[in-house]
Amino acid sequence: MNTTAIISVIAYVALAPAAGGLLAGFDRKISARMQGRVGPPLLQPFYDLFKLLEKEPVTVNRVQDFYVLCCLIFMIITGGFFFAGGSLLLVIFTLTTASVFMVVAAYSSNSPYAQIGASRELLQIMAYEPMVLITAIGFFIVYRSFNVADIIAHPAPAVHYLAGIFLGFVFILTIKFRKSPFDLSMSHHAHQELVKGLTTEFSGKTLAMIELSHWYENIFLLGFVFLFFANGTTQWTVIAVLACLLAYFLEIFIDNSYARMKWQIAVNSSWIVALTAGGVNLLVLYFAIFGFGLGV
Amino acid sequence: MSYVTKSPWIIHYDGSSCNGCDIEVLACLTPMYDVERFGVINTGNPKHADIFLVTGSVNAQNISVVKQIYEQMPRPKVVVAVGICAASAGIFKECYNIIGGVDKAIPVDVYVPGCAARPEAIIDGVVKGLSVLEEKRKSLKEELAAETVKAGMDFKAEGEEREGA
Ligand code: SF4
Repeated sequence: MNTTAIISVIAYVALAPAAGGLLAGFDRKISARMQGRVGPPLLQPFYDLFKLLEKEPVTVNRVQDFYVLCCLIFMIITGGFFFAGGSLLLVIFTLTTASVFMVVAAYSSNSPYAQIGASRELLQIMAYEPMVLITAIGFFIVYRSFNVADIIAHPAPAVHYLAGIFLGFVFILTIKFRKSPFDLSMSHHAHQELVKGLTTEFSGKTLAMIELSHWYENIFLLGFVFLFFANGTTQWTVIAVLACLLAYFLEIFIDNSYARMKWQIAVNSSWIVALTAGGVNLLVLYFAIFGFGLGV
Repeated sequence: MSYVTKSPWIIHYDGSSCNGCDIEVLACLTPMYDVERFGVINTGNPKHADIFLVTGSVNAQNISVVKQIYEQMPRPKVVVAVGICAASAGIFKECYNIIGGVDKAIPVDVYVPGCAARPEAIIDGVVKGLSVLEEKRKSLKEELAAETVKAGMDFKAEGEEREGA
């Protein structure tokens, strides 16, 4: 590990909550404007988080806080591996571990609403996981490496080769950002839906940890979008940052213009997108590289 | 400065009301009044809520529900009774099943009068509730701190006892 890797990991751990909270603040503000409302202050997500820390601790059993803490820690580790320039496969597997801890936490609370939320979360994981794996494979075929550091250092930006995979990835971001139409397990807006699904039984500090891990996750996911464009030059870095902001805005827009869909549609559509956008992209790459020897 | 007054999450329960006050409560969320300006969120989950907004009176059927929702809310928490029904059972007072206002079931901090209570009055009531919430937060903090100290003392005393034995 070199110094840049160490610095970016420290920056991620320290700054991601601030950036993620601000992003959530913009999200709520922009959503409110789209609905013709004034909306909360920009720093509202931070007020909410600190408010939750002030509340009385109430838990239904001894293990749930531990599971949620594990979810937070694994989410930080996921981003840590990513921003350290580590292997994409490792990143994806720790991300899944974090999500699974969240599901286990919800199951452990024994509330019927949390249980339904947890099973829906599992379905959502099932829906987005193929596309995430295809993304990693795509990067490997192009760059012959799973390492984020190698991918970023390469002068050819990935989006030239992985346009289809990029579209597929943006599609599943809707699930990962917990945006409508795919916010089945826990919705940001519909607070009555399933009594907040996954988080039914969590309050105070535990809920704050869930929120925090969500912010870490969002920043990490935008890092993934960044990876599609970055190649180490300033010009492409600017484009990559713009792409991240645009992707997030697009998700807010979709969030506000679609009603929630059934889980069948969530699973089917994301698998169809993964197979067409991702699969065709992989096939084209395969023929271009192994058939005609057009590598990077 | 505490954050609990900046992010009051509300749970709304409809007792024996005529539904008039409930419509006014929901009107607060519309673009016209937009209570999210104050960080207010209408949650459906007592465990996430800070303010319990009750409309309508308490009757023989729902008294246990009102109590249960109140008990599930983590402290600090505030109860706002919206409308005359919630204050004193209002127009339904003489009905055979009505027990009375919300204060027959749980302690109420703020009464919002009106039949129906206007959205402005409801927002006003919630804002009034915030100062009560702040007071309750302070006393809760002291209470929790005292509990921690007591737990520590007990632990120490236990240890000393064990050493002595
Ligand atoms: S106070 Fe009036 S408007 Fe409100 S619930 Fe009672 S009868 Fe209906």
